[in-house]
Order: sequence, then structure tokens, then C-alpha cells
Amino acid sequence: MFENLDLTKLIFGRLTWDAIPFHDPIILGTFAVVAVGGIALLAALTRYKLWGYLWNEWFTTIDHKKIGIMYIILGLVMLLRGFADAIMMRLHQAMAFGDSTGYLPPHHYDQIFTAHGVIMIFFVAMPLVTGIMNYLIPLQIGTRDVAFPFLNNFSFWMTTGGAVLMMVSLFIGEFAKTGWLAYPPLSGILQSPGVGVDYYIWALQIAGVGTLLSGVNLLVTIVKMRAPGMSLMKMPVFTWTSLCTNVLIVAAFPVLTAVLAMLSMDRYLDTAFFTNDLGGNAMMYVNLIWIWGHPEVYILILPVFGIFSEIVATYSRKPLFGYTSMVYATVVITVLSYLVWLHHFFTMGSGASVNSFFGITTMIISIPTGAKIFNWLFTMFRGRIKFDVPMLWTVGFMVTFVIGGMTGVLLAVPPVDFVLHNSLFLIAHFHNVIIGGVLFGLFAGITYWFPKATGYKLDEFWGKMSFWFWLIGFYFAFMPLYVLGLMGVTRRVSHFEDQSLQIWFQIAALGAFLIAIGIAAFIIQLVVSFLRRESLQDETGDPWDGRTLEWSTSSPPPPYNFAFTPQVHDLDAWWQMKQHGFQRPESGFIPIHMPKGTWAGIVLSGISVVVGFALIWHMWLLAGVSFVALIGTAIYHTFDYDRDYYIPAEEVERIEAERTRKLANV
Amino acid sequence: MSDTTMTAAATDSSQNGQLEFLVKGDHHPQNGTLLGFWIYLMSDCLIFACLFATYGVLGRSYAGGPTGMELFDLNLIAISTSLLLISSITYGFAMLQMQANRLKGTMFWLAVTGLLGAGFLGLELYEFHHLIHVGAGPQTSGFWTAFFALVGTHGLHVFFGIVWLVTLLLQLKKRGLIPENKRRVFCLSMFWHFLDVVWIGVFTYVYLMGVLP
Repeated sequence: MFENLDLTKLIFGRLTWDAIPFHDPIILGTFAVVAVGGIALLAALTRYKLWGYLWNEWFTTIDHKKIGIMYIILGLVMLLRGFADAIMMRLHQAMAFGDSTGYLPPHHYDQIFTAHGVIMIFFVAMPLVTGIMNYLIPLQIGTRDVAFPFLNNFSFWMTTGGAVLMMVSLFIGEFAKTGWLAYPPLSGILQSPGVGVDYYIWALQIAGVGTLLSGVNLLVTIVKMRAPGMSLMKMPVFTWTSLCTNVLIVAAFPVLTAVLAMLSMDRYLDTAFFTNDLGGNAMMYVNLIWIWGHPEVYILILPVFGIFSEIVATYSRKPLFGYTSMVYATVVITVLSYLVWLHHFFTMGSGASVNSFFGITTMIISIPTGAKIFNWLFTMFRGRIKFDVPMLWTVGFMVTFVIGGMTGVLLAVPPVDFVLHNSLFLIAHFHNVIIGGVLFGLFAGITYWFPKATGYKLDEFWGKMSFWFWLIGFYFAFMPLYVLGLMGVTRRVSHFEDQSLQIWFQIAALGAFLIAIGIAAFIIQLVVSFLRRESLQDETGDPWDGRTLEWSTSSPPPPYNFAFTPQVHDLDAWWQMKQHGFQRPESGFIPIHMPKGTWAGIVLSGISVVVGFALIWHMWLLAGVSFVALIGTAIYHTFDYDRDYYIPAEEVERIEAERTRKLANV
Repeated sequence: MSDTTMTAAATDSSQNGQLEFLVKGDHHPQNGTLLGFWIYLMSDCLIFACLFATYGVLGRSYAGGPTGMELFDLNLIAISTSLLLISSITYGFAMLQMQANRLKGTMFWLAVTGLLGAGFLGLELYEFHHLIHVGAGPQTSGFWTAFFALVGTHGLHVFFGIVWLVTLLLQLKKRGLIPENKRRVFCLSMFWHFLDVVWIGVFTYVYLMGVLP
């Protein structure tokens, strides 16, 4: 190793000018837009002297509400990137028939479908779900922050660090061409010698640290910090589903960490975990990654089930039907989600008995899910339903998700799966449940809780536009894929010979454009609502006549959430308080103990990104130095014992008096 | 802490027909650090579970290379195992000293624990060096890959445990046995015993079963 020591190589590793995709007009164009936009943004921030504000009030904050909002912003920004990938694929597949090769070269197309999957799961769905959990859990359980406020900030920045590496791969080097789970041997060093898989590994490892720690954090928050009187069976449903989700996170993400670490050892140290030779076993990777991967889909969907439950109860003006059965259904799904992973690869050939076991467990999981659907229907039954935008998303979800669920049960039959494995039928199925379930739920939740976070409601008209374009666009985009899948078209194909298939791809592309309009309508909705914020203002803190504790504070809530900790007697605590004519106290405030902001989260995450980047490009010197810096900074941070302060009683009194004044105006 | 009394008080007031909806006065939820750290340890345990499972799958994939039966030196492993097990006992002594609020004693036993851990790590590095030297490196076969990954990950944990221990000694020296430091000593204690438990698994599953024909 040392005999041919080369200083350039030691510093820059494999990074050369060739890594910058000058030859690719699409990427270069994107880069130009991003660069111009980025410079304009930085200039605006400097011009209006916002750096200090951002740093003090947002980047270093340990307030769970602000961290939750930052997660949601991250998720929405990454949604644009992930969707840009989606529409490029749809456009390409609609064109690439017969003599036409489409506009994307195969190696670029392969990166796009990989990036699309990785971004949508890890950097859109996960941050949005985590963001909503972060924002709401402490409010719903009546506490002032999460159990470990610093870890919360650190988790957010690690997730963002992963997203940054992901974006860097677009302009420096390449991304993986392996599909979103990077199965070996394709992702091994022999078949993928470039930096793509390394970007994949380190982006996910860095973000994974954040996800795991946030799971531990929220779990402890729910277990230890509930308001007095709130026994487990008096927790709001959303908190219950979040509890189960966080159990899943801490019990699933370590497996991802382990399996990616093994893949990186195969790539960096020439070990033989998943290789074809020397006794490695590639199917072990597939098993391990799905032991993480299947719980992961429930990590995404469970909190969303909670969101729908809150919305259905509020807009039907009834308590949720079958609260207890809802809780048990959630717990059963949590357990079962660990017993189905093999249905992702029935074709591995593990034999009839093993396949039937996993086929049956998969079918069983639809029973608690079905129970939930009936609970929502019965909640609506004879309720005084208001079809506001969140409720529209909910009804759209119930129809769409049931279709997706049924195609899932079809795929759970092993002989059927042998025919449909890796076909577009599968693609249609999981988009059916992830868009129709997770994404619709997230939009419903964002609309529902938006006034809580910002103090004003979202514009109705543009919300409805967004909903209808999404819903119709979804059906146009994915129903054709069911048809194509049944005809035997497989996924990840960049060119087709059979011209008779083209019309289906063109319909799907049309669907993607309708969804694009839906996304645009959502952005317009945000802008219009911001401009009209005076007239959309919510001064009560409870615009929908809600049932749970988050609606008992002001919108947006003060830093300390509750001037006095609530005492809970019943499920739907805030509803009961309203029924009993609860009066806000207007005096007698006491100082409130709060955690202090810290620089450590963003700095540690920044160094982690440098470590990741250096490892990706084999810059060993930088990797070593920055790793030592990372450990050193973390240790240095532990010497800081001064981590909390008191909000003086006068300050609390001032904030609460302001609220009293506003409430009097309503 | 006050959960039960609160609920009792609430029931009382509801009997008078008047529900109390706020906790008057300062309310502090319980500290969750120990629970949180315990949950983290369980997630770490899953990483080891994956590595054990991998070792189970690849445990006989020698690819024509050397086997564990040929190369494992149980005498060496007996010594290193004893060092690690004794270090758990000495950590226990440190905890007892801390309960009695004796800073010097706590630091002394922590230092002894660290030295024993370093001894364990030294023997492990010697073993690795020896194995690689005789042609059984992590690249040799699936079996040795799984072996080095499992044993090496444990070793890496011990290494970071020692780094943490040294940091904690400095912090104890600087601030004494304040509640924050006591909590940290407690967390490291859980971490250290956890590594011991994992090692017992490694010792049994890798070394003892590895030398069986």
C-alpha cells in the first residue's frame, strides 16, 4: 500500500474532474438551476440578515415543534426531487418503444429509478412521518418537549445530512444503478465498481443514525412523559400508532445498519458476506434487508392510520368508533409486520412450507387492517360529517387503500407471486398503498394540523384542487401498470419492443402529469394561504373543534406548550375539558424549566457528511481526520453541563395575557 | 413519581362533581435517560443478532480455507474471557463506591475496569494479527468474514467503551459525583455489562462450538 503512495490520491481519492457530469445536458441544466436558485437564496438570506435568526431560532433549536416543522420542510423539498425522477421515468417509458430509445441513456435511467425509490422512502415519507410525530406527540400527551431534546435536534440534522449526500450524488459522481435496495451481487464491488452504491450506503447510514435515535427518543417520550392521568388506554390514537411505529423503528433500523455495514465491508475490505465465491451468500442480504424493509412499510403507514383516526373523529363530530379495537389492531400489525418479510421473495425457492407460512401471515395482516377500515366507516356512520380537505383525503384514502390492500393479498398467494414477482403489477400495488395510504394521510395531516403550527388555515380551494388532481392522477398513473403487470411487463425496463404496450405507458404518463398539477396546486395553496393569512387566521387555537390536547393551547403554541401541565381524566381530554366548561387560568403562573438550544447537532451532522463523502471517494486522509474530529466534537459536547434554563413567570404571564387578549377578540 | 397521588386526587375531586384539569404548580416528568439507554442497548443487541445470524449462515463456509477448529486457541480465549468477566465485577465495585458517594473509590475501580478492558482488547488484537498472519484473514472465506465481523464488532464496542470510560474519568475528576455524572456512570455500567453478555454468546457460539468437530 505504501510503496506507491501518491499524494493526490491520498487527498482526493478517486475524485477527478471526470466525476462532474459535464457531458450530460440534463444534469448540467439541473445543476445550473439549483446553483442559480441556491445563490439567489443565500443572497436573499444575507441581504435580509436572516442568518442569525435561522441559526438561533431554527438550526440550533431543541424545540420539538420547530424540529418537526424542519422535518416536514425537508420532506416536501425532497418530494419535489423524488417526483422529478418519477416524471422523467414516466416520460421516458412512454417514448422508448421500437426505434425510439427515449431520451435517457440506460445508465442514467437506472440511477433515476434507484434514486426515486430511495428518496421517496427515506427522505420524503420518513421525514414527513417523523416530523408530524415530532410536532404532535408532546402536544398530544401534554408535555413540554421530548425526552432528549438535544438528540432530537441531532437526529434531524443526521437525516438532513443523508439527504445532502443524496443530492451531492446528482452532481458529483453518480448514484447507485441497482434499484432501491441494492441487492448484491449487483451492488458488490465487481458489478458496481463506481461510487454510486457507496453514496447509497453512506447516505442511508447517516440518515439511519438519525432515524434510530429519533425512534428511541419518541418512545421514551411516550412511555415516560405523558400528562398525569393519561394511562395508556387514554392516549390519543395518533400517539398510540406513533408508539408502535417507534417500537418498529428501534427494532428494525439496526438490521438495516448491520446489513449495510456488511455490504460496505464487502465493497471496502473485500470480505465475502454476499459474494458469489468464497462461500458468501447473496440471499442472506435479501433476507436481512427485508427483515428491516417490511417493518419499514408499517413504520410509514401506522402513524398515518393514526392521523386518519384523529381526522375522522373530529370531522364526524363523534368519538372514534372502537378505540380499543383500533389500539389492538395497531399492536397486532406491529407484531405481524415482523413475520412476513419473506413474501418479498417467494421466488427465492425456500420450498412450499416456508412460502405457505409467509403467505398466510401476510394474508392475516389484512384482518387488523380491515378492522381499522370498518372502525373509520362506523365512526362516520350517522356522524355530522364535514367534508373539509382533510376529510376528502381520508375518504380518498379509504377507497384507494382498500384496492391496494386487495392486490396485496393477491400477491401474498405464492403461486400468483411467481407469475407477478417484479412485474409492474407489484409496482402498481405498492404505489397504491404508499401513495393512497401514506402520502394521502400525510397531506391530510399537514392540512389538519397546519393552523396549529402556523396560526392560519390552509386555503380550501387550492387544497381541493390538489386533492382531486392527486386522486385522479393517481388512478391514471397506476391502473395501467396493473394491466401491464398482468400482461407480464417487468419493472425497471428502459426500452420496449412491443408497440401494443405503448398506449398504457402513455396513459400512465398522463397520470403523472395530473399528479404534477396536484403538487403544483399544493405549493400554490401554501403561497396563497400565506398571502391570505390575515383572513385565514386561527386565534382560538382550536379551529376544527378538536378533541385532543394539542387543540387546548394557542396556535402556534408557546415554546413551553402548556403554561400548566394538563390533568387527564378521559380519552379525548380536550373535548371533556370543553364539555365541563374549562376556564383558562389567567394568573398564578410559575417559571418553566426548559432545555437550551445547542450548536452540536448541526456541527456533528456536518462532520458526518464530510466523513461519508470522504469514504465514498476513498479520500482516506480526510476520512481519518474528519472521523477523529467527529468523535472529538461529540466528546467535547458531553463536557457541556449547562443545558437548561427557566422561562421566568413574567414572560409566561406576558405570553398568556397576549393569548387572553386574542381569545377575547374571537 | 406522583402519578398515583395525582390520579387519586383527581378521583377525589370528581366525586365532588368538580374535575381538576390542570396540575397547579411545577410538574416534572420522570427522567427517561436510563430507559432510553436501555432501549438503545436493545437496538444494539439487534445488530449483534444480525451478526450472529450471519455467522450461523456462513459458519461452515470455509471455501477450502482453514477452519476454526484448526486455528482457535482456547487457552488464549480463556484468559481474555476472564479479563472481561472480571472487568464486569470491578465495574460493580465502582458502582458500589458510587452508591456510597466515594469519588476516589469510584474512579479507582473504573480505572481498573478500563485496564482490564484494554487487556482484553490487546489479546484480541494479538489473536487477529496471528490469524491473519497464518492465512485466515477476513477475506479468506465466508466463515472468516463472519468471524471477524462478529468478534471485531464486539471489540469495537469495547474500544468505544474505553474511550467513554476515560472521558467519564475526566468528567468525574472535574465535577465529582453530581447527578448527571452518576447517571452517566450508570449508563456506562449497563453498556459494559451488555458487552459482557454479548461476549458470553460469542465465546460459546463461536469459540466453544467452533472447536467441535
